Amino acid sequence: MNEISTISTPVVLGISLALFLIGLLGVMVRRDLLFVLMSLEIMLNAAGLAFIAAAAKWRQADGQVMVLLILVAAAAEVGVGLSLVLRLYHRFDTVDGDEISLMRG
Amino acid sequence: MTVICYAGCAVALVCALMVVTHRNAMHALLYLILMLLALGLVFFTLGAPFAAVLQVAIYAGAVMVLFVFVVMMLNLGPATERQERRWLGARIWSVPVLLAAVLLALSVYAIASASEARVTAGVVTPKEVGLSLYREYVIAVELASLILVAGLVGAFHLAPARRHPDLDRPVSGTASTAAEAAQDE
Repeated sequence: MNEISTISTPVVLGISLALFLIGLLGVMVRRDLLFVLMSLEIMLNAAGLAFIAAAAKWRQADGQVMVLLILVAAAAEVGVGLSLVLRLYHRFDTVDGDEISLMRG
Repeated sequence: MTVICYAGCAVALVCALMVVTHRNAMHALLYLILMLLALGLVFFTLGAPFAAVLQVAIYAGAVMVLFVFVVMMLNLGPATERQERRWLGARIWSVPVLLAAVLLALSVYAIASASEARVTAGVVTPKEVGLSLYREYVIAVELASLILVAGLVGAFHLAPARRHPDLDRPVSGTASTAAEAAQDE
C-alpha cells in the first residue's frame, strides 16, 4: 500500500479525455440503444478517472466522494435507461433508437 | 506501480475502443466489464482504494449484471449483427471521428500547456473518504439516495410488466398469448 505510483497528472487527464471522447464517439455513431448506454458508461467512467487523478494530486478525499456520486447517478441512469430499452423492444421489436421518430424530432 | 497504472490505462483505452466498434452486444459488454476492471486497477494505483473497490463491486459487479440480463432478455441474434454491419460504414464514422479528433487535439494542447506536475500519488484512505462523505457532503449523500429512489421507481414503472397490458401495444399476433400470460400470473 505504501508503494504508490509516480504519475504525471496531465497524462492521466489526457487518458481520461481520450476515454470520454471514445464514449462520445459511441453515442454519436451507434444507433443501437444498448451501445449508446454502454458508451454513456464509458463517458461517466472517464469523468471518474479525472476526479481520481485530481484527488491523487491534491491528496484530498473529495475526488473519491465525487466518484461515489457518479456511481449513484450511473446506477439510476442504467436502471431507467435499460427499462426504456426493454419497453422499446417490446413495442417496436427493435432496439434501433431512430425508430422512435413519431414526433419527427 | 507506475507501470501498472499506465498498463491499466492502456487496457481501458483499447477496451473502450472495442466497446464502441464491436457489433455483437454481448462481446462489447464483456469488453466494457474489462474496461471497468482496468479502471478499478488504475484507481487503486492512483491511491484511491475505496473508489477501486466500489468500481469493482458495484460497477463491474452490479450495474453490469443489469446489462447482461437485458442483453440476454433481448436475445439479439445474427440478424442484429448484420444490421449493425450495414449501419456502421466508413461514411457514418468519418464526421464524428473528425470532430472528436479536433476536440482531443485542442484539449491535449490545453492540458499540455498547463504546468507539468509530476506528483507522487498519495493514498487517501477509506476513513478519510467516509469522514468527508458524512461531514461536508451529507446533503449530497441524501440527494444521491433520492436519485436512487427515483431510478428505482422509474425502472419499476417503465419495465415491461404484464400487469399493465394497456401500456404494451400488442405486437401483431401475440395479443392473445400476452393476455393468457397475464391470467397465468
